[in-house]
Amino acid sequence: MEVLLPHSLDEALEIKAEHPEAVPLSGGTDLMVEMNFGRVRPPAIVDLSRVAELTTWREENGHAFLGSGVTYTTIVREMQAYEPLVQASRSVGSPQIRNRGTVGGNLGTASPAGDALPVLAAYDAEIVLRSRARGERSLPWNLFLTGPKKTATAPDELIIGARWRRLRGPGSFSKIGTRNAMVIAVAGLCLVIDEEHRRVNVALGSVGPTILRATQAEERVSAALASSGTWDDRSAPLNPQWIDEFAELVATAAQPLDDVRGTAAYRRHGCRVLSRRALGWALSERRLPTWL
Amino acid sequence: MSVDIRRQGGVGQSVRRVDGVPKVKGEFEYASDLRRDGMLWGATLRSPHPHARIVSIDTTAALEAPGVVAVLTHTDVPGKKTFGLDVQDQPVLAADLVRYAGEAVAVVAAEDHELARAALKAIAVNYEVLTPVTDMEQALEPTAPPVHPQGNVVRTLTIVHGDPNALADAWVEGMYETGMQDQAPLGPEAGLAVPAADGGVDLFIATQWLHADLEQLAPCLDLPLEKVRLHLSGVGGAFGAREDVSMQIHACLLALRTKRPIKMSYGRQESFYGHVHRHPSRVWMRHGAPYEVPNARLEGTAVFTNNPPCGAMRGFGAVQACFAYEAQMDKLAVELNLDPIELRIKNALRSGSVLPTGQPIAGVAPVRECLQRLQQLPLPPEESALDRDPMLLPGGAGNVGHGEALKRGVGVAVGYKNLGYSEGFDDASEAWVRVSADREGPLAEVKTAAVDVGQGLDTIVTQIVRTELGIDRVLIRPPDTAIGSAGSSSASRQTMMTGGAVQLACQAVRAEIERSGGLQDLRRPVEATRVFHHRPTGKLDASGQGDPHVTFAFGAARAVVEVDQELGLVRVLQLAVAQDVGRALNPQSVLGQIEGGSAQGLGLALMEEVALVDGQLKNASFTDYLIPTILDMPPVVCEIVEEPEPGLPYGAKGVGEPSTVVVPAAVVAALRNATGRELRRAPVKPDDLVGL
Repeated sequence: MEVLLPHSLDEALEIKAEHPEAVPLSGGTDLMVEMNFGRVRPPAIVDLSRVAELTTWREENGHAFLGSGVTYTTIVREMQAYEPLVQASRSVGSPQIRNRGTVGGNLGTASPAGDALPVLAAYDAEIVLRSRARGERSLPWNLFLTGPKKTATAPDELIIGARWRRLRGPGSFSKIGTRNAMVIAVAGLCLVIDEEHRRVNVALGSVGPTILRATQAEERVSAALASSGTWDDRSAPLNPQWIDEFAELVATAAQPLDDVRGTAAYRRHGCRVLSRRALGWALSERRLPTWL
Repeated sequence: MSVDIRRQGGVGQSVRRVDGVPKVKGEFEYASDLRRDGMLWGATLRSPHPHARIVSIDTTAALEAPGVVAVLTHTDVPGKKTFGLDVQDQPVLAADLVRYAGEAVAVVAAEDHELARAALKAIAVNYEVLTPVTDMEQALEPTAPPVHPQGNVVRTLTIVHGDPNALADAWVEGMYETGMQDQAPLGPEAGLAVPAADGGVDLFIATQWLHADLEQLAPCLDLPLEKVRLHLSGVGGAFGAREDVSMQIHACLLALRTKRPIKMSYGRQESFYGHVHRHPSRVWMRHGAPYEVPNARLEGTAVFTNNPPCGAMRGFGAVQACFAYEAQMDKLAVELNLDPIELRIKNALRSGSVLPTGQPIAGVAPVRECLQRLQQLPLPPEESALDRDPMLLPGGAGNVGHGEALKRGVGVAVGYKNLGYSEGFDDASEAWVRVSADREGPLAEVKTAAVDVGQGLDTIVTQIVRTELGIDRVLIRPPDTAIGSAGSSSASRQTMMTGGAVQLACQAVRAEIERSGGLQDLRRPVEATRVFHHRPTGKLDASGQGDPHVTFAFGAARAVVEVDQELGLVRVLQLAVAQDVGRALNPQSVLGQIEGGSAQGLGLALMEEVALVDGQLKNASFTDYLIPTILDMPPVVCEIVEEPEPGLPYGAKGVGEPSTVVVPAAVVAALRNATGRELRRAPVKPDDLVGL
């Protein structure tokens, strides 16, 4: 097996153009496990850990850009302004895994259980790809994630990172697992409030073939917040009936299956409980002066 | 492997572990670290089917694969074709039939691990798939296919005591189940077989019982016992998983065939297929009175299925029973309107109590004392959810709640475990002790075949030698089969058995030294070999009456849990365990055993289960076979109850198992208390707690 070691992004794209069969390696927390189990045996690996351009994040023009090589430890340490992303990152594996694992790995693996993915989906993030031949392109997250463990990445492309418009408004990420740490999600939920567009975004992980957005729930609750006057008057209460309906619609949006980690019935139930809690937290946080 | 320690105390002190520093520094050599120049790697082809007939095996392509030196199947086993700890009914390599998914069919030796594993794919096995028996009750149906020619019943034991038709004023009954738990030792199975010039073989191996392995290996290899020599390698935990043979015979077969050293080392996934698990159980019970009863009828049946084989695991057989009878005792407490701990204190077994086998408890039984100690412990203070790090709420790092729907519950359980082997087994351990002197002064050397699996036996032996001989310098020689058997490191038996043998050998050496003028005047080395036997036990008669057990260790646990009632997620706030230890030879080590045993018990209560679908293992990795993390395991409050047991060395009972026996029952009782749900099965799933 050939292991290719680029030292810059240009060099990495060069390698990917010449060796489209080379599988990108970053933290190795997914790929090395697959290789150890003998499930994959790529002819070549392109190790991106020396490519400094991928390991940074920045804010520009009201947008955030998160490099694909940024580790979860870095996110937890540096990106406090993005609380749902920090919460998702903190729920990933163990400290050792968080030191190695990267957002690019979550994107490249495209597992519905990737913890960062519901957050990127709730942010309406675009995934930035680049190739030597065609330069850079961006795809909305839902066009990038084409199915379970499938992405729209072309063989000569690398995942550069994710970009999203900075949202004004509270939000959270929650993950249900059957032990209190180091667990793969049975269900994950990210809810964010976009004050600018007066929308509530809800994304679900581990309850479908890929990450799901509960669009009907989002529309109904956003409208309910408008009709109750809550967008303008943050202390205006939302009718509990709307909260029930929201939770029910989120549960309906889930497409869960039974597997070794949990039952479909519990996953749907979990979505119902988490969505109600997340909405409640966000609405009470909105009332705090921090967001005014 | 040898240890020379100077500044450590004797029996009764919290002496530091002799293997502690090398283990913490990563310098301890585990079996998976073994290497030898010119060695080959062995790999095992396993059946993908739980039940199938082998039509043909073609190894031609595998033999031609790169780096492959040998490919062996059942026809290459020179001697006995089967092995087994008790009954030799397991094929070394499957011949005509595979009986579980993961059963070994062929082994390969190649120049490296990768090549050996790759060559497995080139072995063509033609299977005719058969319907598997995958449920314990299905196995008993007359239409069930027989897993072994003699049928599916391994053993049925009936115990009738007094009048089994006696009436009671109050009855409680219930069905209970426990899942198949894995021992999950952190060191997977590994060993190195080295062919010897005399045509024999030396096997360096992580095991629990060198001589039991030897007695199974030699007939299969068609070698006399003296040509098969086992040497203990570093053991990374066992908990029963190493009591049965895994790769021992395979490695020796390959070494003898290739005339080169063979290393075999399972990964985590293969480890799940390569060792036995804790037996799952299904229990129906009806009680008209608690604990010591004049009238009883018990019936137990063990069956064969095509699920992965089960065997020893910490608290063998007692864990499943305790889970059921303690749930019954809580039902009885409700029926009689008694506090659960009061019911237990009032009716606690004591010295002289007669068990349903008719066996009186001859030794000490401070059961009431254990329960009273728990009763006196304050409950952990209520903590407001808002002031807490969200990590310390049910769901932990998942950030699923800010304290919503929390409910606390408290549960208690009491139970016991027999110590040592039962039903007439001639259980013994041999020890050799030698005292010599050099410029640095006197030196005591000890040799046994007893295995320190991590429980701390080498430290205890060192303490015993220092106590008996008053010699600071103690050297423990590496265990091997050149000395007599020490028996297994299981059934909480090594401190009493090997500890007893070392004590006897030390006493013999000391008497000899005293006769010849004392330690100051030691002119030549003095040595002695002694064997320790516990008191004989007897078999059970046709109605299950007799004197089957050596003695018992008791324990009690109290669990305090917090449940997120909407999500069915749990945080255990505290475990308190009071345990009857006879005498704590090393109090720190006793605490370690109680904490570790409690963690394994908590795992069974909340998350640990080998998931099976149609006989296939669905979670053979630590990704999905979950064991408790530090966020799941609370602090353990340990109450060591010391009342020396007559007839045992220093009065010390084995300490490894009682906490594992009682903690699952206590945790699930606490969950019942918090949720009001029946929860008749462990591990308890979130679905059970929310009523889905």
